[in-house]
Amino acid sequence: MNLGRTIYNALFRRTSTFVVTIVVGGFIFERVFDEGMDNVWENMNRGKLWNHIKHRYAEDADEADE
Amino acid sequence: MAYRFNRLRDISNRLQDVVKMQSRLAATATEDGMKSNRSLWFALGTLAAGGLATGYLLQPNVKAADLELHPPHFPWVHKGPFSSLDHAAIRRGYEVYRQVCAACHSMDQLAYRHLVNVAYTEDEMKAIAADAQIEDGPDDDGNMFSRPGKLSDHFPKPYPNEQAARAANAGAYPPDLSLITSARHGGEDYVFSILTGYEDPPGGCTEKEDLYFNPYFPGQYIAMAPALYNDVMEYSDGTPATISQMAKDVCTFLKWAAEPEHDDRKRMGMKALTLLGMLTFASYYYKRHKWSVLKSRKIVYRPSPHS
Repeated sequence: MNLGRTIYNALFRRTSTFVVTIVVGGFIFERVFDEGMDNVWENMNRGKLWNHIKHRYAEDADEADE
Repeated sequence: MAYRFNRLRDISNRLQDVVKMQSRLAATATEDGMKSNRSLWFALGTLAAGGLATGYLLQPNVKAADLELHPPHFPWVHKGPFSSLDHAAIRRGYEVYRQVCAACHSMDQLAYRHLVNVAYTEDEMKAIAADAQIEDGPDDDGNMFSRPGKLSDHFPKPYPNEQAARAANAGAYPPDLSLITSARHGGEDYVFSILTGYEDPPGGCTEKEDLYFNPYFPGQYIAMAPALYNDVMEYSDGTPATISQMAKDVCTFLKWAAEPEHDDRKRMGMKALTLLGMLTFASYYYKRHKWSVLKSRKIVYRPSPHS
């Protein structure tokens, strides 16, 4: 409860900090969620995606233009 | 084990509490007379649903009215809601298309660049495109000329127009394959069944000139000759070129060609479902929160003792 009170006082109490919390929190959540779900997707489809098979065909020149 | 069992009992107790609470809340709004009515309706509804289900399970209808063999559902690796296409199969399927199908079938919606970073590297695709002769022009003298293909070129057509295609194929027009898995009922299951379904006409069916018996084709006689035979081509990765292997690969390629957004769509769908799933709990909680006042109030009618 104490932690909730601290967070409320520090972040949610004033509109200015509340807005900053929303924007920053949204950004962090989006990055974590997006990267996390992409990882889940790659794991579920391991071996089927182009990312997983392209090393067979592209030797070295590929990394330069990525 | 015991822990899990305890936990299960815990959850079920809590659920029972919720149900009890719900019914108590509901009881404040309803009267006892309506209660027996409700259980009567409930019994009737259960009986009707059970009867319908039994009837559905027992019905002997085999839907044999149409003279058409529907393709079975094959276990494609891209079939699941979160399953991507097999890009190695797309690559092999493009080899099949280029060496077998492209002799008659165009794919005019597709350009060489579409396969870059899907099944081929840019350098490989440039080399493949350069193998083809593309008609370009007019040049300064007004003449059309041929040049090696570029990444931005669309796949070359085997025939200049439909009339030429019909004239070369006994009057039948080989359809464009760009969107074929979306354009045919049954999708890639149908295309796979057509490619592997050729057989001799059974008893009662006659041989027809320039037509081939294929039970999966509506009308059973298809103008396309069987295109795939074991080892009709060679895969560059050494996969044995059996009929079913080639049919499976080319169907995966055609599926990709018709739905190039397939992988992104499923990836985005997975994200959307996860996010909306989390929001479902939030909105359920919020609804309970807002309705708690209304649900738990009691309205009492007290007639005045003086009237």
